Amino acid sequence: MSDMTSGAAARAINTANMTVSQTDVAIDVIGMHKWYGDFHVLRDIDLRVMRGERIVIAGPSGSGKSTLIRCINRLEEHQQGRIIVNGTELTADLKRIDEVRREVGMVFQHFNLFPHLTILQNLTLAPIWVRGIPKAEAETTAMHYLERVKIPEQANKFPGQLSGGQQQRVAIARSLCMQPKIMLFDEPTSALDPEMVKEVLEVMINLAEDGMTMLCVTHEMGFARQVANRVIFMDQGQIIEQNDPDAFFSNPEHERTKLFLSQILH
Amino acid sequence: MSVSFVRREMIAPQPAPSNNTGPIAWARRSLFATPGDALLSVLAIILLIWAIPPIYNFVMPTFFGGHAVAPGGTVEDCRALGAGACWAYISARMSFFIYGFYPPAEYWRPNLVFLFGALLIAPLLIPRAPFKRINAILFFVAYPVVCFFLLNGGVFGMRAVPTEQWGGLLVTLVISMVGIICSIPLGILLALGRQSKLPIIKTLCVMFIELWRAVPLITVLFMASIMLPLFMPQGTSVDKLLRALVGVTLFSSAYLAEVVRGGLQALPRGQYEAASSLGLSYWKSMGLIILPQAIKHVIPGIVNSFIALFKDTSLVSIVGIFDLLNTVQAASSDIDWSSPTQAITGYLFAGIVFWIFCFAMSRYSIFMERRLDTGHKR
Repeated sequence: MSDMTSGAAARAINTANMTVSQTDVAIDVIGMHKWYGDFHVLRDIDLRVMRGERIVIAGPSGSGKSTLIRCINRLEEHQQGRIIVNGTELTADLKRIDEVRREVGMVFQHFNLFPHLTILQNLTLAPIWVRGIPKAEAETTAMHYLERVKIPEQANKFPGQLSGGQQQRVAIARSLCMQPKIMLFDEPTSALDPEMVKEVLEVMINLAEDGMTMLCVTHEMGFARQVANRVIFMDQGQIIEQNDPDAFFSNPEHERTKLFLSQILH
Repeated sequence: MSVSFVRREMIAPQPAPSNNTGPIAWARRSLFATPGDALLSVLAIILLIWAIPPIYNFVMPTFFGGHAVAPGGTVEDCRALGAGACWAYISARMSFFIYGFYPPAEYWRPNLVFLFGALLIAPLLIPRAPFKRINAILFFVAYPVVCFFLLNGGVFGMRAVPTEQWGGLLVTLVISMVGIICSIPLGILLALGRQSKLPIIKTLCVMFIELWRAVPLITVLFMASIMLPLFMPQGTSVDKLLRALVGVTLFSSAYLAEVVRGGLQALPRGQYEAASSLGLSYWKSMGLIILPQAIKHVIPGIVNSFIALFKDTSLVSIVGIFDLLNTVQAASSDIDWSSPTQAITGYLFAGIVFWIFCFAMSRYSIFMERRLDTGHKR
């Protein structure tokens, strides 16, 4: 795997704003279970995320890590236990779901930009239609975030005209335009050509430096080492081990974690 | 032997070899690539040489070297031995083909309807024309009301003209336009309903779609014109044309729903998820994200349905409505113009009119497909 070669290690991280709150809980998952039909995909998940935490979730494919973060904005429904996001508990109540989704940004493996809209329209759509922000103001905000992800010149192109790395940066900017309190990343670099991984990781590192609460499902262990304050390892729908990155990588305790790390760090 | 290699200079693109392009290369590749192809090409050319001159002679007036009788000719010309199509008959009965039994003194009313329609549709179809919103409101809301009062009359001192007197191209256009315009929203709602997670809505939509798709349009029209009045309370009656309009619209919306559903299913799930994760409500994500893409994907299918609908309007003739085809058929027994080619010229004329409208729809759909293509193939 790309470990230290991913480029994320290329520069020093500015940790000035990367503070983890001791009291402010961003996400609280308590005794949560989920089934796909008869298949028990998430088993007794307990996870408390404090404001400002940067958590990397790793694990073999099929371990339930994507499902876990998709439960946090209710793209997937859980059947047992509780999930409380920004103080709002997720239930079948659509109002609460919308409330949570407004404050939680999500970045997908396959970008999921809206191909029929320009980049700028992709960015302004939700602020205008969900938050009711005037178009001009939404566009100013959108350009600000496009500059932050370093592609303001692409504003009037369509997603199909951009490279994968650029599309993923647009997807991140699109989420940021809603000014979310929490960002979820579902394997954001897995569908990218190796040459484009770095530009996306760079944007994610910038975001971490600004103090964003982040949950990242990723195989970029270099990113985990550098940016995360906590690494969670999952297998068979359960949290197997979690620790700070230094201890996690240098001193894994569970046999399954050791095996996983030996497979991906070579 | 060394395996080491380093490229020092990049190769610039060069023009293709000359035998790869040009008409001769095209003919060699497309017509005479193999002996079998060559044989088929020769046969096709012989067939064309055999078929084209008689058709040309029949259709083209003498002015262009054919045997047809141009508009302005007499019935005697048409009765002459070896005369081609009797276009004089078509032009003489043209107003019947366009207006049916509409009173000639009131022709200005359908003419106004045609004029307003053309003036409103043209800018609506041209993507770059301004004032789209006002234009759409005028066309979809104001225009139908104006049309109804203009055609039906009975207000503002206009003589009432019952729908039994409407006919010809006027009726064909009224039925197809109402059918097309009303079946779009209905079809979309049915398609969304069929995908709904709410079991009652889903079941109702599935039942509606499957019922209408499983019944021939002729049956629908017969039911509407013969069966429906039997179930209605004594003394109430619904206009015959209106009944046909409702039947055609519901029939077409069921087909359209299935076409739109195809488009909805072709969209990757990520689009639904991205819309949800941004906090868009169901109707907003459908209206802003899902439907614009889904409908774009199925433009060919939608236009296909519209073309079928346009041609199917001719079926209303069997319940006694005088659409274009029915007027042509009725006029073909006109003794004043009886000649060997009278009927065939009439059907030829009807065919040409249908073809013009359908071909225009088809070309417009291709134009829209190209225009809406944002280069994203997934």
